[in-house]
Amino acid sequence: MTILIWIIQLFFVPVISPLIIGVIKKIKAKFQNRQGSSIFQFYKDLWKLMYKDEVVSKDASWIFLYAPFIIFTVTIAVGASIPLFASFLNGPTSDLLVIVYIMAISTFFLSLAGMDTGSAFGGFGSSREMTISALAEGGLIFSLLTVALVSSSTNVFIISGINILTHSQHLLSIMLAFIGFFIILLAETTRFPFDNPSTHLELTMIHEAMILEYSGKRLALMEWASANKLIIFIALGSNLFFPLGIAQNISWLALVIGIIVFLLKILFFSTIIAILESSVAKFRFFRLPDLLITSFILNVIAIVLIN
Amino acid sequence: MLEIITPSVSFFVLLSIFFIGAISSLIYQKNDSIANFLSSFFSIIGSLCGLFFSVSMIIYGKNLSFIINYPYSSFFKISFHIDLLSAFFIFIISLISLFCSIYGVGYLKHFYKKYSIGVFGFFYNLLIGSLLLVVTASNGIFFLIAWEIMSISSYFLVVYDRYDTDNIKAGFLYLIMTYVGTVFIILSFLFIYKYIGSFEFIDIKSGISLIPLSIKNNIFIFTIIGFGTKAGIIPFHIWLPAAHPAAPSHVSALMSGVMIKTGVYMMIRLFVDILQPIPVWWGILILIIGSISSLLGVLYALTEHDIKRLLAFHSIENIGIILLGLGSALIFYSLNMPELALLGLMASLFHTLNHAIFKSLLFLSAGSVINEMHTRNIEEYGGIIKYMPQTAMFFLIGSMAISALPPFNGFFSEWLTYQALFQGVAQLNLSFQGIFIIAASSLAFTGGLALTCFVKAFGIIFLARPRSTKVSSIKESPLSMRIGMGFLALMSILFGLFSGYTSRLLEKIGKDLSIFKDTNYFTSASFYQGIDIKNSFASVSAPIIFVVLIIIIFAVIFIFTFVINKNQKIKIENTWGCGLNLNKRAEITATGFARSIILVFKGILKPSIQNEVEYHDADSRYLPKSRVITIHVKNIYNYYFYQPLRNIINIISLKTKNIQSGNINAYISYIFISLIIALLSVL
Repeated sequence: MTILIWIIQLFFVPVISPLIIGVIKKIKAKFQNRQGSSIFQFYKDLWKLMYKDEVVSKDASWIFLYAPFIIFTVTIAVGASIPLFASFLNGPTSDLLVIVYIMAISTFFLSLAGMDTGSAFGGFGSSREMTISALAEGGLIFSLLTVALVSSSTNVFIISGINILTHSQHLLSIMLAFIGFFIILLAETTRFPFDNPSTHLELTMIHEAMILEYSGKRLALMEWASANKLIIFIALGSNLFFPLGIAQNISWLALVIGIIVFLLKILFFSTIIAILESSVAKFRFFRLPDLLITSFILNVIAIVLIN
Repeated sequence: MLEIITPSVSFFVLLSIFFIGAISSLIYQKNDSIANFLSSFFSIIGSLCGLFFSVSMIIYGKNLSFIINYPYSSFFKISFHIDLLSAFFIFIISLISLFCSIYGVGYLKHFYKKYSIGVFGFFYNLLIGSLLLVVTASNGIFFLIAWEIMSISSYFLVVYDRYDTDNIKAGFLYLIMTYVGTVFIILSFLFIYKYIGSFEFIDIKSGISLIPLSIKNNIFIFTIIGFGTKAGIIPFHIWLPAAHPAAPSHVSALMSGVMIKTGVYMMIRLFVDILQPIPVWWGILILIIGSISSLLGVLYALTEHDIKRLLAFHSIENIGIILLGLGSALIFYSLNMPELALLGLMASLFHTLNHAIFKSLLFLSAGSVINEMHTRNIEEYGGIIKYMPQTAMFFLIGSMAISALPPFNGFFSEWLTYQALFQGVAQLNLSFQGIFIIAASSLAFTGGLALTCFVKAFGIIFLARPRSTKVSSIKESPLSMRIGMGFLALMSILFGLFSGYTSRLLEKIGKDLSIFKDTNYFTSASFYQGIDIKNSFASVSAPIIFVVLIIIIFAVIFIFTFVINKNQKIKIENTWGCGLNLNKRAEITATGFARSIILVFKGILKPSIQNEVEYHDADSRYLPKSRVITIHVKNIYNYYFYQPLRNIINIISLKTKNIQSGNINAYISYIFISLIIALLSVL
């Protein structure tokens, strides 16, 4: 049975992730008084892209060709090593620093792939992406460190196993750290107010600029990986800061509840992101560091408040 | 074999190999290829012996000391003491010099007929030999002699390419800085001698309680300035970005990978071993220096577009990370937490080893590119991955290791450093906690910024289209250079994979120091489990990360290439350029790439932008013909520290010039006055 749970754990992220993109798009469409596409549209898009031929730039090297596989691999590996619906699966790659730095591999190759074709869009996308992710790293590590200190372990499964909300004396720290984490979530998953995921050819675009030269299968993998990354961050945010309903032991009932609760959490987070994207304007690029530094400072305050 | 040859003899054999290498290449300097062969042969053999010697010392866990008495002086003795810490540094020196020497066989060929290879071989072997002396000497005076041989031989290697006047200037700056540092080291040894009456490290250690605290604090400040100058901590770093680019690439690798580590070695030797017990603020100061050096080092690296200067600034950053580990170790020990102190020391030793490996790898692969392109300006590179695929691969591995990406070695030492700092945040009271939060956050930001910097470096050098016509005529480097780089890349992977086993050995090395004799381990390490922090706070396992990533990536590639839509056609086309012909001007430049992050940190970096526009018609000024934009970063150390210092020295010199009037009567009166003062002070 443990093997079965591991298989569910491994495939959960890539299977569910296109759905969230659909849900967020649907909610945004409702806000704009549109019918919107079906919430399963992203699955169809992936399928369509997989079966198309590809165009690759003649300037590209193997970095461009293999980056989508590396990035997708990273999201699968990280998705399998974080708590999704069960907290008892103790993965050996579940240390928070390991997770943060493995995700940095995908940022590294994404940015290199953006530069590889020699297009001006890709280069500037990479430059912006690296600027944001360099500044986001401090906030990310520190917000996860806050919950790690409260539960005195840096293993994300152990953190999710201890219901930190019962440590009522640390509630303020945890909430501050969560706000900090949420800002990082928006930055790392290229959402408003950091980036606009639904536009192309805007002067300010970041993620879409880097993957502009991709087509076919590789574009599908890039888009899919970015959806996986969104679900990874939602899982970290919901299961480390609010570990309610997560399965604590091996029983079918607990697991089913765990999966349902996790899906509800995802829905909740997608709704918040969709509301945010419908109500906030994108920030000017040089105002983004302020937001990221705010996140970092909130986390520092949270850590100081723990003792 | 070790039982047959006594260790002290084998150590002298080791030193004499480098000496023979130095002398013989000088003798045969008339013939470049023989001199190159001799110098490389002896340095390779010597490094191999050094590796064998140090590894057996570490595995057998023996200490070794021997003294050759020098009959004419009571305080100068040629005395060696090789404990596991020294053996560890011998290991690093031999490892790096081995691969640098192999690389040098091919690299030196382009100096043939231009400069004397024999002279190079002489100083090169002398440098490696003196490095070995520095980490084993156990007498203050003897140590200073070894230190001077090291400084001078490296100076001559820096100015080896002497037809370039910039190199001469860089060498001069290096010489001045290194002598300023040495003055402070001499001062601190003299202070110690005044109270202990001996230069022997063992005597100093046993009699350390004789030194009053205020004097000890002075000694600390002097040694921090002295050894910090060699290690390249900010603000004494200014020689590093000047001297490293000037030297031949494998010498830069040796200097950056190994020579600056002798400063770290002496800090560990003095603060952890000899001068204990120490007040807690020493550790705090080192931690703060480490935070500043790591953060500012990487920020300055981002502004550079000279590849070797960029790497030199990264050396400053990494010395900062090493000092974060060392500083936390000192604080923990002063606060009576020896287990955590051992963890911090382990982290700093591990990072010392790792930085030596990946930084020399980066310098060597940068050197291969420079060797073909004949310029260090990365704005003129571009697309080199197609012409030098193997060098590109090695540089990529080095970049990933220095950016602390798993599963390469850099990640595991940074992980240990993080753990030491996290423990400080978790266990100490508020005032110390603040310091550790600053240190941990500087490490976190440093990690992100280093990643940015190496995306910039790798992307601009190797990817996209060539930015100058020179690129199309370059070819892959010769075999010996690729072997040197390849083995270092392999080391970078192996020390990542075997990080558990390595940290086990590092604990053993730490426990060999007298203050950690009775300390329990705070970590447990094995090959499969990797490194575990006690109380199950954290654990990391390199082999599992390896296996997980490799299995998943092969599965992903297999599924998406051979299962789904396997008949997919790939068409090779031009990059989309909005309908325009893309040329090199459409690509992003290194300056442009780093511009946004420089502007974010403009408070620290103080960038100035120069805009030169040339118009088609100078009177109407509507249609610009060409624009040149230069972004400069103000050298605030020169501006606020070194320049005023120089002015003060100039003023004082001018004032003192007045007493030198040229009048003999005045000079006689000076003698008379000083005689009277001397008499009065005696009476």
